[in-house]
Amino acid sequence: MQGAENLGYNWQWSRVSRCLVARTADGWQFGPLLQGLWLTLEITLLSLCLSMTIGLVSALMRLSASPMARGLALVYLELIRNTPLLIQIFIIYFVFAPILDLGRMSSAILALSLFEGAYASEIIRAGIQAIPVGQWEASASLGLNKAQSYRWIILPQALRQMIPPLTSQGISLVKDSALVSTIAIYDLTMQGQQIIAETFLTFEIWFVVAAIYLLVTMALSILVKYLEHHFSGYTN
Amino acid sequence: MANVILKDVFKNYGKLEVVHGINLNVAHKEFVVLVGPSGCGKSTALRMIAGLEDITAGTIEIGDRVVNDVAPKDRDAAMVFQNYALYPHMNVYKNMSFGLKLRKMPKDEIEKRVREAADILELEDYLFRKPHELSGGQRQRVAMGRAIVRRPAVYLFDEPLSNLDAKLRTQMRLEIKLLHHNVQNTIIYVTHDQVEAMTLADRIVVMRDGYIEQVGSPIEIFQHPANAFVAGFIGSPPMNLLSAVIINSGDKQKLKLGEHLEIPIPARENTQFTDGQKVIMGLRTEDIHVTIADKQERKGPTCSANGIVKIVEPLGNETNIHMDVDGADLIARADGRHIFTAGEELELTLDLTHLHIFDAESEKSIY
Repeated sequence: MQGAENLGYNWQWSRVSRCLVARTADGWQFGPLLQGLWLTLEITLLSLCLSMTIGLVSALMRLSASPMARGLALVYLELIRNTPLLIQIFIIYFVFAPILDLGRMSSAILALSLFEGAYASEIIRAGIQAIPVGQWEASASLGLNKAQSYRWIILPQALRQMIPPLTSQGISLVKDSALVSTIAIYDLTMQGQQIIAETFLTFEIWFVVAAIYLLVTMALSILVKYLEHHFSGYTN
Repeated sequence: MANVILKDVFKNYGKLEVVHGINLNVAHKEFVVLVGPSGCGKSTALRMIAGLEDITAGTIEIGDRVVNDVAPKDRDAAMVFQNYALYPHMNVYKNMSFGLKLRKMPKDEIEKRVREAADILELEDYLFRKPHELSGGQRQRVAMGRAIVRRPAVYLFDEPLSNLDAKLRTQMRLEIKLLHHNVQNTIIYVTHDQVEAMTLADRIVVMRDGYIEQVGSPIEIFQHPANAFVAGFIGSPPMNLLSAVIINSGDKQKLKLGEHLEIPIPARENTQFTDGQKVIMGLRTEDIHVTIADKQERKGPTCSANGIVKIVEPLGNETNIHMDVDGADLIARADGRHIFTAGEELELTLDLTHLHIFDAESEKSIY
């Protein structure tokens, strides 16, 4: 605060509220920041679902007996984990989107999903491998095939091991989603930039944007604490 | 007919051969126990029957059907594991019913089977508890129940009692024996505990280093061990096995142990030893009596010896006495009411009715 004043900055917190909610002739409406938050949550949620699916499939491929499946999964993981997300967003948006006829939103979701899916994959694989081999053998000798063993025995147990690291990954996803603003998607970050360009409320807006991200990630953490407690009966 | 036949079954891990062409025929409704020290291949053999390990060569038949390439789930065999392998996220009822549910069995039939198994295993009060809320013995019973409800042709038990304490183990042994009586199915049971093997089995299969050393009833194996290994493995404490040399003096044959001790060999048909032949003498602890603690008249052939007490193991009703008899280590068994002290010299009576002699080189039984 003191630093901003030393720069001759004039704080105008009273003007921030209308960026969150605004009263119009039609009544109360979401301001640009909450509209941006809504889009951020939409992108995050869709990316989360897709990244978990990608993560699960690639984890199962890595654990597969097929060398081809293992190889493909490994190439995907190495490629994604060793290049920056920003570059991946640009490649998907500027290179693949025109070929595949993808819009901005779809490109953003795909880029985030592929990126987070690679990390989720390793978490899921570790969770599956943490289950004692006896569980597989018990399932096999009691008449379950591999798919049934995964569905009913292995994954429900692995889930408990996976929840904490997957949550961290979910929180990372919320924060990483800010990068989609680089391809002109009006998420929370982009809306913040837009407001600053119009109002010059640089510090106020960035503080509010940071606070909103903090609230979302803390809410996620609380949800996880509940889930961990819910799954605490999964011990032998 | 749920008979199980292993024909020339081999198992290799890379270049290492761990099971060397074993042959075994388990009859329908028979309780067969595979016993042997750690690493002898007994668990591997069981896992090959279950389909959890591939076989390198040979054939396995279950109920007159070759199952070499049949998936574990289709072998009609249910396995009970050493570490129970219960599903921790399911309660007891679900653990037991789950396999049946996936097979689309009618609900009332599932209910009937689970209740029957719970009744046999005294689990009615625990059906809605999770595994982590159960004791070791209860978990083991759930693991057995999970196998029972499937009504398989063959039950496979892999050291199911090794994680339990001594008292519970004794109790569970009885329960498994009762279970066999109730379900009347073929059971193949793996253990390294020869007491378990003796008390449970119709027939015992003694294994060592991937080979079958002997197959027979518990009494047969106890009284007529095929070799020194079986003799030393079956029995608690183990049989006294001592290096000896045959002495032929006239028509009498003796075993020379150490410098001075000579033990007459009771005459038996079709047994001829050569003078100076190196052998292993075998005598069980119950055939070595401390004279002061046992005034019983013995009808069979006996011989006397003196020994010095090294270690005393009081067990309550009886006492095991580790002794030095002319340089040889012997374990004798005496009535628990007598008190013995280390260093004490005792007179022993050796009952030679059940004397065993093994060839020193091949270790095969020759008397």
